[in-house]
Amino acid sequence: MKSKKIYDFLDRKALWVRRETLKIHKTAPETRLASSLSAVEIFTVLYYGKIVRFNSRDIKWEKRDRFIISKGHGAISFYPVLADLGYFPKEELGGVCKAGSILGGIPDAIIPGFETINGSLGHGLGVACGISLALKRKKRNEKVFVLLGDGELYEGSVWEAVMFAGEHNLDNLIVIIDNNKICMLDYCRNILDLEPLGEKFKVFKWEVERVNGHQMDKLHTSLKRLKAKNNGKPKLLIADTVKGKGVRRLETDPLCHIKNLSPEEVDTIISELE
Amino acid sequence: MKTEINNMRDVFIENIFNLMHKDRNIFFLCADFGSPKLDNLRKKFSDRFINVGIAEQNLINVSTGLALEGFTVYAYAIAPFLTMRAYEQIRINLSLHSQLKEININLIGVGAGLSYDVSGPTHHCLEDITIMRVLPNIMVFSPSDWVLSGKFVEYSIKVKRPKYIRLDGKPLPRIYSETDKIRIEDGFSQIRKGKKICLVSTGYMTHKAIKAAGAFDREKIGVIDVFLLKPLNERFFAKVLRKYECVITLEEGFINKGGIDSLVSSVIDNYSLNTRLKRMGFNDAYVFDIGNREHLHALNKLDEQSIIENIKKNI
Repeated sequence: MKSKKIYDFLDRKALWVRRETLKIHKTAPETRLASSLSAVEIFTVLYYGKIVRFNSRDIKWEKRDRFIISKGHGAISFYPVLADLGYFPKEELGGVCKAGSILGGIPDAIIPGFETINGSLGHGLGVACGISLALKRKKRNEKVFVLLGDGELYEGSVWEAVMFAGEHNLDNLIVIIDNNKICMLDYCRNILDLEPLGEKFKVFKWEVERVNGHQMDKLHTSLKRLKAKNNGKPKLLIADTVKGKGVRRLETDPLCHIKNLSPEEVDTIISELE
Repeated sequence: MKTEINNMRDVFIENIFNLMHKDRNIFFLCADFGSPKLDNLRKKFSDRFINVGIAEQNLINVSTGLALEGFTVYAYAIAPFLTMRAYEQIRINLSLHSQLKEININLIGVGAGLSYDVSGPTHHCLEDITIMRVLPNIMVFSPSDWVLSGKFVEYSIKVKRPKYIRLDGKPLPRIYSETDKIRIEDGFSQIRKGKKICLVSTGYMTHKAIKAAGAFDREKIGVIDVFLLKPLNERFFAKVLRKYECVITLEEGFINKGGIDSLVSSVIDNYSLNTRLKRMGFNDAYVFDIGNREHLHALNKLDEQSIIENIKKNI
């Protein structure tokens, strides 16, 4: 496929994932919509853009790349991706948060495709460091991908792991920050400004790139480049995103983390997205 | 032949070191905490030894990642910091995780109770039994001597679950002999059989229990050393406790809050025993007093004489 075609394909997939995420929120308003919407393109590019190597029929496949989703609450948009790729039946998407479902408001390792326990922030990167180290000691080529939220960076445990990864040359570790710039109560810049974010990682011996996290060509090119580089440095891609992307009312609201949409509103937005 | 007095952690580490020669699957991590015996290990196995720095949270998280990929991991640090600084990491990544996946992570906490007597309340560890016992899926092992701690190494490889291993920080004399038939799974050992009163303790306090019981006629006072606090073979434990009129628990920990006393109290309730329970340990306050372990025990009525008096009162 030519590049233009790939990006068109990825854009169409992202649109589908965004619609499905909104549908999930319609039936399960407990889900965190805004922080799931900012990560739609990231999940899409990783799994449809052939960045993450996976096998949905064998979730313990030794040759799979590991994907650790540390910002678990904002990963509802990963459900449609997993269902579409055959990790579990698509019918499950209609039962999120309902009794007997495997899909909760915050995903855990009971769901095929999720590697770790999520819901408490600041754990994923340290665990991923251990996995990266294990793969290196076993001389394996698989990569470890991690999705962090920017608000999660306030957890001190993240920085213990950032120091560790740089010092131990974990170049098989690729971290993506969904930099949507909003916590639960406010913009990060009004709480504790995280900028200059890239420089913070660089001084801890990381390789850093920064792109628009909703632009497929940029995301895809950067991730491919970072994945291919074995230069002794852990990799960071700062994906600048918009919290609540695709829903105007959420995009402009610093409290969007905790905002729900009514079923009628979801229907209108879905039709507009089309 | 090992000397009679030895350090639990040294014997534990030495046994791991010996196993690491043939078992390529073992990782040993520490949070910048050592032991003379660790020096050999980190030199010889530099590819499987990692000092994560003074970072207990990351110690647990990195250990989890290694264990998820199939390695047997030992995570070594000072007990109060290991259990309390990194408590949520232990809860999420060991307790919760191991309900879904097999992970063999062995937390080795050194400095149980008042091991670090003069270092003050930050280094005292009077809460660990209570808080670790409450977490599902984690085993809690608390040996009273180096024979037991050494013996546990093989068990820790075989049983692929998260474990908290609390070791004393000071060298202590042996209680057991290498030839004693101790079953770790039983969780306890009746060191001394008695008739009316039984002292129940773990770790360092078992040494004091043996001394205090020694002040009475041989057949009178029993001593039970509980070493596997979780899971404890409660049915067997109740069978032994049933024979006594009164149990006195001795612990270097807060009483009435989920420690050894609570463990015994639950067994008494669950098996409808008529045995009375008396608790000795620390009340609801930290210890800022300066002095060695015995001095601090005396201030808190946990010295040998106070134990003897309590036995006399209840006999």
